[in-house]
Amino acid sequence: MLRAAVARAAASRGPVLPFGVGPVDHLLAGGGLDGAGLHEVAGASASWSDDAAATLFAAGIASRFAAAPDVSALWALTRFDLYAPGLEQAGLGPDRVLYAQGRTDKELLALCEDALRDGSLACVVAEVKAADQTATRRLQLAASEGHTPMILYRRYRRYGQCPLADPSLAMTRWRIGTLSSGRLASPGVGRGRWNVELVRQRGGPPFSLELEACDDQGRLALPAATADRAVAPGRTDTVAFGHAA
Amino acid sequence: MRELGRRSEAAAPVFRALRSDDGTSGGIAAPLPPLWGLRPTIVVARTGQRDLVTAACPAALDLGLVPGMAAAHARALVSDLDLLDAAPDADRAWLDRLAFHAARCWTPTAAVSGTDGLWLDLSGTTHLFGGEERFAARLLGFLRRLGFTARVAIAGTPGAAHALARYGGAGVRILPEGGESEALAPLPLAALRLAPEALAAAARFGIERIADLYPMPRGPLARRLGRSAVERLDQARGFVPEPIVPVVPFDMPEARRSLLEPIGTAEAIEQVIADLLGDLVLALRERSLGVRSLVLRCDRLDMGAQFVTVGTARATRDAKHLMRLFRLRIDRIEPGLGIETMVLAAPQVEALAPEAIAAVLDTARQAPDLAPLVDALAGRAGDAALFRLSAIESDVPERAIARAGPLAKPAGWPVWPRPIRMLARPEALSGVVALLPDHPPRRFAWRGRSYAVVAGDGPERIHGEWWRRPGEMWAVRDYFRVEATSGERFWLFRRGDAITDKTGDLSWYMHGVFG
Repeated sequence: MLRAAVARAAASRGPVLPFGVGPVDHLLAGGGLDGAGLHEVAGASASWSDDAAATLFAAGIASRFAAAPDVSALWALTRFDLYAPGLEQAGLGPDRVLYAQGRTDKELLALCEDALRDGSLACVVAEVKAADQTATRRLQLAASEGHTPMILYRRYRRYGQCPLADPSLAMTRWRIGTLSSGRLASPGVGRGRWNVELVRQRGGPPFSLELEACDDQGRLALPAATADRAVAPGRTDTVAFGHAA
Repeated sequence: MRELGRRSEAAAPVFRALRSDDGTSGGIAAPLPPLWGLRPTIVVARTGQRDLVTAACPAALDLGLVPGMAAAHARALVSDLDLLDAAPDADRAWLDRLAFHAARCWTPTAAVSGTDGLWLDLSGTTHLFGGEERFAARLLGFLRRLGFTARVAIAGTPGAAHALARYGGAGVRILPEGGESEALAPLPLAALRLAPEALAAAARFGIERIADLYPMPRGPLARRLGRSAVERLDQARGFVPEPIVPVVPFDMPEARRSLLEPIGTAEAIEQVIADLLGDLVLALRERSLGVRSLVLRCDRLDMGAQFVTVGTARATRDAKHLMRLFRLRIDRIEPGLGIETMVLAAPQVEALAPEAIAAVLDTARQAPDLAPLVDALAGRAGDAALFRLSAIESDVPERAIARAGPLAKPAGWPVWPRPIRMLARPEALSGVVALLPDHPPRRFAWRGRSYAVVAGDGPERIHGEWWRRPGEMWAVRDYFRVEATSGERFWLFRRGDAITDKTGDLSWYMHGVFG
């Protein structure tokens, strides 16, 4: 009986997408992001740069979900202020993203549900301001039915009120903020650094880590211990992670 | 118009109007505006190095200007002359349309003949229009209303009809059975559709009229003018048959159901649509076509009609998929008192060959097909809501992006660092402290907050595109990527290169943000 229930639960989960960053995969239930579930992302604050960091984080995940050739991710949004060359530099080239522009959040969520159930997309990303618990439940159901991952990027509605405070049935909920990056030896801007905070996940603890921003393939990385030295190969799994929230 | 609850359909007026275009319904072609006024007018086309006259209006013909003479010669003869450029493609399009109209309305066998004529095979069809004379008169009237002048010749062979229509002189020439040889005799040789070399050879031998050929022995004639000349002659006189390759008019695939009882419920409408789709898909499969758009017309009892249109991103004849598209729109049909006829037509079709079955079996390597999803989403949000972005070759960031179709495979951009989000309109910075000419700012204020910059990259110099606006002739933007103290990364630019004044006023702007 219990085995059957476990098997049923396992069958509803899709293939797991690991981050390739030791501590993150270690702390995530299942060792990565569920390929048939709803994941929420929000900026750590309403500021524009946190907003951009969270967008890039979502784009990085989407580009790794859409890594196979000839598959596309759907990016649904109501107000178009994305800059597509920037998305390409997070791994989501123009042949890999299909944009859908809805008039309202409600219409957008309906579009996403249709797209998820269809199952022909590698990933669905939606930028919304308002999504209540019912909406997230519907998205989660559609994602597990269509075996398509859903990333819900929640934008700030009011200054200072985190959108992740609303109840939701997402598998994981991430909050991304920018941090000051390490200084290079020469003048110039290096790779960005983020505070990646997993606010809530099903079947696992929340945590918070300082990570390097995603590269042109959408991969995150652990920051090197010092500015000049790379992480020693054996240390990736034992590196101390930040405070658990 | 109504009797016993049934719509009666009048016969289409075949001499009254020309359909606007083949393959689409409705619409009547407007008559051509007159090409010439009182002044003599000629049409000129460039052939090789010379401008030749290809057509002349009656006034110009009276002045001695004939098709085939050099345009310069014509202008020398008549100084007060209007010249028009020849449009052979448009002429050909008109001829094709007339041929299609003829094939649809007058005779099953119609073809375009040369660059200036039509062949209609009238065998067994003229009695429908009141005899040959009456048909020819109505045909001339129809063409006159469209703005054409025409000559009609009805003969027993296509060759004779061709020759008499062009060289016979009269507006309508109807040849009695078997009179071809006699009627052709006084005509010039050019009427026989001979090759130019054959005509030149005949001119050398002094043969001018077709009658000159009749007494000649066939062997030497074939040697001197070529076998095809003899064949043309025989075809014109009716000794050798000459088939006409007819144009095949395109009929819009259509399915129609007249209902015994008017319907008004969504379930019934859905059922009828499913039946119509079944009929239509069968017809499409027979003709190897796929639809790009479908129009459903619902005729109501109160004579109102409801139209529902669906479009597809790629040609398809999948009834299940098309049904799903219609199901999204059934609620937009207002049945009123009831719907008594439903017609499903495919105004936009494309060739769709059967797919090899191997591609279907090999599911592991096959990329998922997005077209059904795109149609479904477009049905919900509108066609314009789904798009991809493709690159335009422009260095100005806001111009580098264009929308493309949802199934396009666009190319990417160069790999210069670009922000993830960009302001629609750059916003001015205030309180900027920066070393000129090529250092990023040390501090700046934007939207009421001041930022201290800890690192910066740049400048990336982007020049204005003078070919778009004269104001951009000297304009320069120097872009910098800067990081502020708490990790914010912005994309700023300064107008002007700080060396030459006319490149810009050195004001600073915020344009985008990196994560």
